[in-house]
Amino acid sequence: MKKLMLGNEAIARGAYEAGVRVVSAYPGTPSTEITEAVVKYDGVYAEWAPNEKVAFEVAIGASFAGARSMVCMKHVGVNVAADPMFTAAYTGVNGGLVIVAADDPGMHSSQNEQDTRFYARSAHIPMLEPSNSNEAKEYIKKAYKISEEYDTPVFIRTTTRLAHSQSFVTEEEREEVAIKPYQKDITKYTMMPASAIGRHKAVEAREIRLAKDIESSDINTVELNDKKLGIVCSGVVYQYVKEALPTASIFKLGMVYPLAIERLKKFANEVEEVIVIEELEPFFENQMKANGIKCRGKELFSKQGEISVSIIKEKILGISQNIEKKDLPVRPPVMCAGCPHRGVFYVLSKMKLTVSADIGCYTLGAQAPLSAVDTVVCMGASLGIAHGFEKALGKEGSKKVVAVIGDSTFVHSGMTGLVNAVYNKSNMKLLILDNSTTGMTGHQEHPATGITLSGETTKKLDLVELVKVLGADSVNVIDAYDISGLEKLLKSELEKDGVSVIIAKRPCALLNRNYPSAFSIHDCKKCGMCLKIGCPAIEKQKDGSAKINPSLCVGCGLCKDLCKFGAIEEGKK
Amino acid sequence: MKKDLNILIVGVGGQGTLLASRIIGQLAVELGLDCKLSEVHGMAQRGGSVVTHAKLAQKVDSPIIALHDADIIVSFEKLEALRYTNFLKEDGVIVVNNQEILPMPVIIGAKEYPQNIIAELEKTTKKVVVVDALKIAEELGNTKTVNVIILGVLAKNLGIEMEIMVKALQKCVKPNFFEINKIALEKGYEI
Ligand SMILES: Cc1ncc(C[n+]2csc(CCOP(=O)(O)OP(=O)(O)O)c2C)c(N)n1
Repeated sequence: MKKLMLGNEAIARGAYEAGVRVVSAYPGTPSTEITEAVVKYDGVYAEWAPNEKVAFEVAIGASFAGARSMVCMKHVGVNVAADPMFTAAYTGVNGGLVIVAADDPGMHSSQNEQDTRFYARSAHIPMLEPSNSNEAKEYIKKAYKISEEYDTPVFIRTTTRLAHSQSFVTEEEREEVAIKPYQKDITKYTMMPASAIGRHKAVEAREIRLAKDIESSDINTVELNDKKLGIVCSGVVYQYVKEALPTASIFKLGMVYPLAIERLKKFANEVEEVIVIEELEPFFENQMKANGIKCRGKELFSKQGEISVSIIKEKILGISQNIEKKDLPVRPPVMCAGCPHRGVFYVLSKMKLTVSADIGCYTLGAQAPLSAVDTVVCMGASLGIAHGFEKALGKEGSKKVVAVIGDSTFVHSGMTGLVNAVYNKSNMKLLILDNSTTGMTGHQEHPATGITLSGETTKKLDLVELVKVLGADSVNVIDAYDISGLEKLLKSELEKDGVSVIIAKRPCALLNRNYPSAFSIHDCKKCGMCLKIGCPAIEKQKDGSAKINPSLCVGCGLCKDLCKFGAIEEGKK
Repeated sequence: MKKDLNILIVGVGGQGTLLASRIIGQLAVELGLDCKLSEVHGMAQRGGSVVTHAKLAQKVDSPIIALHDADIIVSFEKLEALRYTNFLKEDGVIVVNNQEILPMPVIIGAKEYPQNIIAELEKTTKKVVVVDALKIAEELGNTKTVNVIILGVLAKNLGIEMEIMVKALQKCVKPNFFEINKIALEKGYEI
């Protein structure tokens, strides 16, 4: 049956059809829906791991044990998982192992736009890149064949536009793949110098064999049309090329690493000019040039952002679109009405603290009017950075520095930062914003919510006990809506020596939508206090007064606490 | 109805544009056309500007609508309609829900919400349809029907038969919500 599916849903379907038994992942846009979809299939065990490194190791374990396994992550997750990944390239697999890595050109939802293809090259792991949902499903199945035939993990690379676009997929039956017997073999599964030396040789031999075989594989396709222009591309860019340049000859790379160099050379000889169109880095272009293929690419196209039909038409056909420039108010994402993070950032901003923040919904605390965030780098970095500030500036010089991290992010990679701060005698002040979910990526469970991906209750990680055990000198829990309490607490903790942790607790406002009635403002004195919290439900009127939009207000009452004139009233049920 | 259709659905994260795109996808199935839908997940959903591309044709390549290539822009919010007019074909249609949701720069008084948006839209194309979907939904006694009312307007302006729309709708909403949504669809169709 044909069904519209997101690229991510198609990947899940592909894994199911390929007989995959174990999937481990950590959420990250644009990869999250793969795991959420795959858990629904019978015969597939799927879980959220606390981070990508653990997820990767789980997949390695399942593969060694003989089952087909998959691990999914966004591009930056690959950095976290890189350590096991580079060595899994040495061990190879028993049951097939597929790594799905989702790049985000244009940074729709990311902190950088790194190009994961380079990982394939430096770890010597083959990489496939599908161009629509059905192909995504098919490539997953191909990836397992390659994985087992060549004894290697295999990458599937996606980008946001593949992951989050829907197109038709033809569903097929699941292939039941038996678990391969595990046989002890330390020359393959125990990577220490003596055995790794042998495996490194195997990696090279495997790559040479694959590079040779890929020359005749049907995963790369050539469409010869008008010989004046030959385009080399992959993934969703292929779809843009088809639409923008319907008469061009196209070399579509299904396998983006290793490249079918000889076939590319042949293609280059058949057309008058070769242009490489790829998002982000000149990954194909540089390898082609190094192999003596004359081509152009990044001299025409940017390394930043996404490519589009319009950009291709402009750069290649010289058809520029007249775009009317408009000076409209931007509409960036905001903390939702009732978000428990809002009050915390109001307090941090009011106290003029230097905030080493982290990644999650609370990163939005950087925006006006809260403007409370100083630094954000990667998941878990807030603690190390705050500690680094202190070691650079001394205790007095860093007195106004606090680290802020979400619950999911703390479990992902904040714990070791806390251990470090304790171990190295820091005076770090850490705020854990515990909203009982992984909010930013769309509400995934994690160890501290006590619920698994499949919805079962499990042992709940107790964050309070955890930070105590890790050695925090002072641990406090406060309701995230209690802003005056938080301010007092922060002031006293900042005076103390040693590591302090404050857990500001309150579930995400989107989790339980049983809201109190909307608040309202009467006889506003126009002081503007309630506007300082950047609530999307409080609007500044032309006359300077504030008004609560009843369709957006969820009755959290934060604004009422701020109004010195008592002008804000609770809604009546 | 034309054979190729490019529909751009825009709005504010949280407004529920995803049901609209699901129904359009089902519409493609009913019409036996190829279809690609492209959505935004993640960060932008938190009250940010969101856009969904829906393309229907015998064969669809790019899942993203090119500049000046949308037959219709359906906007759940006024300012968002204005933001995306560069996607509209010369003789394209704009269906705009007469609702204002203030973005943060306006809320805090740093920027003004543009005046005369409808007049600005009319400079882009002659075919601007303004719908007071929230009001109609309130009259129907269910404010959750806003998106389906707007879809009704869309169907009418694209010359899609009501019968097919109803079929598509039926497959996308829960049975106990079907009747009210069908009425909403018809209301939109009458505009
Ligand atoms: C290495 C890595 N993996 C995944 C992500 C995607 N991501 C961004 S924030 C976040 C977690 C947010 O959860 P939490 O810390 O609980 O904060 P909340 O959004 O709930 O406020 C995730 C998974 C990322 N940016 N980097």
